[in-house]
Amino acid sequence: MSEIADAGRRKGRSLLDNPRLRAILVQSLLLIAIASLAWMLIGNVRTNLASRNIASGFGFFDVTAGFAISQTLIPYEESSTYGRAFVVGLLNTLLVSAIGIVLATVLGFAVGVARLSSNMLLSRLAGAYVEILRNLPLLFQILFWYLAVLGTLPGPRQSLSLAGEIFLNNRGVFVPKPLFAAGSGAVALAVVAGSALAIILAIWARRRRLATGKIIATGWITLALVLVPPAVTFVIMGAPLSFERPELKGFNFDGGLRVVPEFLALLFALVTYTAAYIAEIVRAGILAIPRGQTEAAYSLGLRRGLTLRLVVVPQAMRVIVPPLTSQYLNLIKNSSLAAAIGYPDFFYVFAGTTLNQTGQAIEIIAITMAVYLAISLVTSALMNWYNRRLALRER
Amino acid sequence: MKRLVCALLIFAGIGVPASRVEAAVLDQVKTKGFLQCGVSQGIPGFSAPDDKGNWTGLDVDLCRAIAAAIFNDPTKVKFSPLSAKDRFTALQSGEIDVLSRNTTWTLSRDTSLGLNFTGVIYYDGQGFMVRQDKKVNSALELSSASVCTQTGTTTELNVADFFRSRKMKYEIIAFATADETVKAYDSGRCDVFTTDVSQLNAEKLKLAKPADHIILPEIISKEPLGPVVRQGDEQWFDIVKWTLYAMINAEEMGVTSKNVAEMTKSPNPEIKRLLGTEGKFGEALGLPNDWAVRIVKHIGNYGEIFDRNVGAGSKLGIDRGLNRLWSKGGLQYAPPIR
Ligand SMILES: N[C@@H](CCC(=O)N[C@@H](CS)C(=O)NCC(=O)O)C(=O)O
Repeated sequence: MSEIADAGRRKGRSLLDNPRLRAILVQSLLLIAIASLAWMLIGNVRTNLASRNIASGFGFFDVTAGFAISQTLIPYEESSTYGRAFVVGLLNTLLVSAIGIVLATVLGFAVGVARLSSNMLLSRLAGAYVEILRNLPLLFQILFWYLAVLGTLPGPRQSLSLAGEIFLNNRGVFVPKPLFAAGSGAVALAVVAGSALAIILAIWARRRRLATGKIIATGWITLALVLVPPAVTFVIMGAPLSFERPELKGFNFDGGLRVVPEFLALLFALVTYTAAYIAEIVRAGILAIPRGQTEAAYSLGLRRGLTLRLVVVPQAMRVIVPPLTSQYLNLIKNSSLAAAIGYPDFFYVFAGTTLNQTGQAIEIIAITMAVYLAISLVTSALMNWYNRRLALRER
Repeated sequence: MKRLVCALLIFAGIGVPASRVEAAVLDQVKTKGFLQCGVSQGIPGFSAPDDKGNWTGLDVDLCRAIAAAIFNDPTKVKFSPLSAKDRFTALQSGEIDVLSRNTTWTLSRDTSLGLNFTGVIYYDGQGFMVRQDKKVNSALELSSASVCTQTGTTTELNVADFFRSRKMKYEIIAFATADETVKAYDSGRCDVFTTDVSQLNAEKLKLAKPADHIILPEIISKEPLGPVVRQGDEQWFDIVKWTLYAMINAEEMGVTSKNVAEMTKSPNPEIKRLLGTEGKFGEALGLPNDWAVRIVKHIGNYGEIFDRNVGAGSKLGIDRGLNRLWSKGGLQYAPPIR
């Protein structure tokens, strides 16, 4: 008896002495513990929900939603399902986030560079912008844009109008909607073909420059390649394009393309707020590049603008991109404040209205977490890929 | 974010094994020493804090009546203001003992949410409010209108039904709280504000110029508003149900907060049973036998609370209408105490 036990102990000891095996053992034990905990939790949740007569499961996805949504990028009606409402909300979140990220980046870079400008007025203004926008709560800024700016626009009957084509009122911005007739396919094809040629030209010019050191001016040719073929096709096909004008009908404008004020208010607030942070990141990134780099560029005879563009910014990007990623993630998550002004984003449509009408809090909160996690992970993955491309390559 | 907290609360509560039997709500309330009651975030006449910060209103009085029946003290209530969206989660998670917040009784809420409606404290219906200068006289003229409403309500579903069944175009903007909804309507973002008519009357008082707005004549839905409890505690369900019935029965029998002391001497057997001088009806509910005396003495009968909060004796001045007693041509009808 004791001999066997002894042997076992000895064997056990020698196994545990192996650090790699030990690590694997500990990690798998941890994994098993977490998995069984999760399993237990899910089991308990299900029995407890059942004992409280609260509906559970994911069957609600194909039940009729019954409510309307004010902005839908895909066709949606009151008789559509909760599943479709889910997609509508998700697309609304992606729309405001994507446009928000692009605009915030542009504005943030402009303000960041302006803050370093040798023009006192410009740099002071940029400084004030950053300090004010960064220090006011975002929710307040959203409400400000919604109620104090867009809310004070006149009603549909007294709309501000631009050339009688574009209208601005407290129901949003209305622009003519392009209607594509037969033959627009050919125009689109011409656009693609022209652009493809322009790209090929750019690649060839770059190869030439790298090989011979000669810079070839391609600007005008590129412009012509992009514009002339579509224009010619457009005329040949008999101008296959007309516009549907927004018109005042009853209480509101009908027809045309419309951007709702809830979207605009949320977008403005997200862009201006996030741009303040991006500006600081850009400024820090540029300041991180040793002064010697600029001086070296100057002594090579590069002008200020070129120095910034060719020498400083490419190096600064390596410092800028990682914190920039987290600003993008913040913007996406902050877009869920949409509920305050009734913009039907994902959080609002799904974790708000759908949750309330179906009462299935647990499933819906879990899915909501998973969706935001997925959006964030994809964004970081893209940014990490971009970051690796920028990384210093040792030669 | 309250919603998230609520959801996490249920998650936390619900993740533990089911073997633990939950204590009866009545016992929990007695041990706590107060009733936790879910109300609105402020609808004058139904549930709103007055200038001294005391909650008042029809829905509030129901909670006070329950507290009076249990503790003989109508102040032993704590109120949780809840938005339409968060109210059911708060009740499911046990954050509140009873939900008394202009909540419409519907089949799905009564079943799949694991909740029970105990009765109807106010028979309501949905209506529309518009600015007078829009020159609209009927809801049928609202085609192409922008409509403001609150999310998580029967309202947003009814309005969708109304417009879509008549093939009328419309745009809906749904907000999370009543205040945001009213602000957006007041700023002109919407042509129409829609909710239960009683709440239209109440919210109208909050507008910048109440006189500039009219409520259209059409009532587009049935909105029986009533108190709600969790399923699974029959005793508590009965207590909340019979608290309201006691007030309606008291009105029918002419028992008021002023005459209730004398009425205990009444020879009328119906009144004797209501006021506990005959039979043991209170005990059957798990309450003292004078439960109804306590309710009527501290709070009043149904007619009194209606009048004081939303009726002729209040700022709202709403007509009793459907909420008259059945014997006077209305729908308010309580089963007998016997
Ligand atoms: N009776 C309807 C609507 C109830 C409702 O919440 N109405 C809004 C309309 S203004 C309200 O009372 N809001 C007050 C608040 O959120 O505090 C329901 O039960 O769904």
